[in-house]
Amino acid sequence: MSKPKTLFEKVWEQHLVAQPANEPALLYIDLHLVHEVTSPQAFEGLRLTGRKLRRPDRTVATVDHNVPTIAADRLVIKDDIAARQIDALRRNCKEFGVELYDVDSRDQGIVHVIGPELGLTKPGMTIVCGDSHTSTHGAFGALAFGIGTSEVEHVMATQCLPQSHPKTFRISVEGELPQGVTAKDVVLGIIGRIGTDGATGYVIEYAGSAIRSLSMEGRMTICNMSIEAGARAGMIAPDQTTFDYLKGRRFSPQGAAWDQAVAAWSQLRTDEGATFDRELVIPAVELTPYVTWGTNPGQVIPITAEIPGADPAASEADRRGVERALEYMGLTPGTPMEEVTINRVFLGSCTNSRIEDLRAAAAVVSGYRVHPSVNAIVVPGSHLVKEQAEREGLDRIFRQAGFEWREPGCSMCLGMNPDILQPGDRCASTSNRNFEGRQGRGGRTHLVSPMMAAAAAIKGHFSDIRTWEFKGEEVNV
Amino acid sequence: MQPFRKLQATVMPLDRVNVDTDQIIPKQFLKRIERTGYGDFLFFDWRQDPGFEINQPRYRNAQILVAAKNFGCGSSREHAAWALDNYGFRCVISSSFADIFHSNAGKNGILLITLSEDQVNTLLQRAKQHEGYKLTVSLEENTLSDDHGFSTTFKVDSFRRYCLLEGLDDIGLTLRYKDDLDKFEKQHDRDFWLTPKSA
Repeated sequence: MSKPKTLFEKVWEQHLVAQPANEPALLYIDLHLVHEVTSPQAFEGLRLTGRKLRRPDRTVATVDHNVPTIAADRLVIKDDIAARQIDALRRNCKEFGVELYDVDSRDQGIVHVIGPELGLTKPGMTIVCGDSHTSTHGAFGALAFGIGTSEVEHVMATQCLPQSHPKTFRISVEGELPQGVTAKDVVLGIIGRIGTDGATGYVIEYAGSAIRSLSMEGRMTICNMSIEAGARAGMIAPDQTTFDYLKGRRFSPQGAAWDQAVAAWSQLRTDEGATFDRELVIPAVELTPYVTWGTNPGQVIPITAEIPGADPAASEADRRGVERALEYMGLTPGTPMEEVTINRVFLGSCTNSRIEDLRAAAAVVSGYRVHPSVNAIVVPGSHLVKEQAEREGLDRIFRQAGFEWREPGCSMCLGMNPDILQPGDRCASTSNRNFEGRQGRGGRTHLVSPMMAAAAAIKGHFSDIRTWEFKGEEVNV
Repeated sequence: MQPFRKLQATVMPLDRVNVDTDQIIPKQFLKRIERTGYGDFLFFDWRQDPGFEINQPRYRNAQILVAAKNFGCGSSREHAAWALDNYGFRCVISSSFADIFHSNAGKNGILLITLSEDQVNTLLQRAKQHEGYKLTVSLEENTLSDDHGFSTTFKVDSFRRYCLLEGLDDIGLTLRYKDDLDKFEKQHDRDFWLTPKSA
């Protein structure tokens, strides 16, 4: 009998083109997702060296990082440099024969939202993109990771990548998730435990009954933030939930081919007895709704906790890091998190902008008004998400409450488009990074789940979703 | 790519943990479509503070950066490596680096050296203490030393070391395996459940 293998090892071995001695392995790449920000220099590299794009049929592009989210501003983009970058992508896709989901396409959206919803993302694939949140696609049992622009060019030219063999790390969340604890809280709880470099050099496999109970949207949220723990990738074994999500998607196999595909995908699970380089088991009951207080995603506390100070037992560098974060965030140790007031709310990003996220937030908002001192926006992850939400009347709930209902894109997650925080703004954000200046210079970001962001928008301060009075009309959560 | 063999240069200390790529090069500079011209925007937000190390004349010609743990975490933007390179940094020393940054640095001829936290602290202190503090790096001999008695060896992945020493382009190296690739791809394409558009 062959040696038991992990999910990661199975996918890795199915993509080994060559394994030269004393060199990284050459890994075949099934799907290359491209966007406007990290690709222009790569296309230019191909032109300069006279190389071709090897597999246009395994390459798909969209515009997401730079695009304005106000409809009237999308056709003629006022920011000349952004417009030039988007034009460059259009010219490059035309010249090299790459399918582009442009601003006016019904399929445009955040690259990590559209890949799965169109059925481009599939279990067992290797997927790369010049974006660190490519780890999102691991929710389908794909090996998916972010790459730099030199690697983008490398994949364009060769459809493979030299990769050193990562270590493996299984994180099992066991038991039923407590009420009010969402996928976002699970992953924030994990990063809070292992730190922002806790998984550097590893591919994580998320397992356990709490993970298996999650929808594909929830699984994507968790895999999405693997990179925030430093991991190369995050993966979840495909199961019936995965197959149900994929069935009937535009690029999913159909008919007899579907059955054959499901049979192949069903092999993609960690064998009994397979070993990992590291294991962590977290009882689901220990998890709560979380809020980040600092300037990296590992600086996170339960909603009911107080802002911490520097740990006297920590190293001097770590203590200074905490003091610096407190100063940047304008927070005093000992302040209850629920007393921290906010003036901005961002509901969106590749972490939390899918239909289920919008439904959960709408259920909280329904029947309430946004606090008068808060500006709140909802940015659906894609046009398809936006259309679905509008069919369900979610846009009406958000608008009636005083939220702005925007067009799809990365938006205020990283503020490359006009959606940014002003210095001193404090934001409850469903995105993935609370780095200094990430959402705008001098802006202060607190990462939370969509429900917690919605509650903060109404109250004007952070609020424990477990005690929320849902009073609106029924939303199909 | 410029080969990296030996370097003796001024050291700039950056005594901060978890320096993320958003700090190394903020988003507003990612809209450019060139590979060059990022040097003036390196640590853009931090350099608004006149006391920040880059603004101090004593570090003006620094080519070696020493920083605390988990340097380069966050976004995959290669602009971070370009900004360091365009500014003139050819070597970064820390007790740990984030994965994607590690790869991006190597592809731009920047040598990353991982030392213990104690060693990094020693170098940070010396760079702050002695004006004009220099380190000598030899990738040929895997050694790092200063004029004050500090001397150590360091390890770099053997393939990365070879590419840095020779200044080799990765794509050219991969194409040595073109026959393997052609053969693999022909077989692999039959697995339609692993193709993006299988409908």
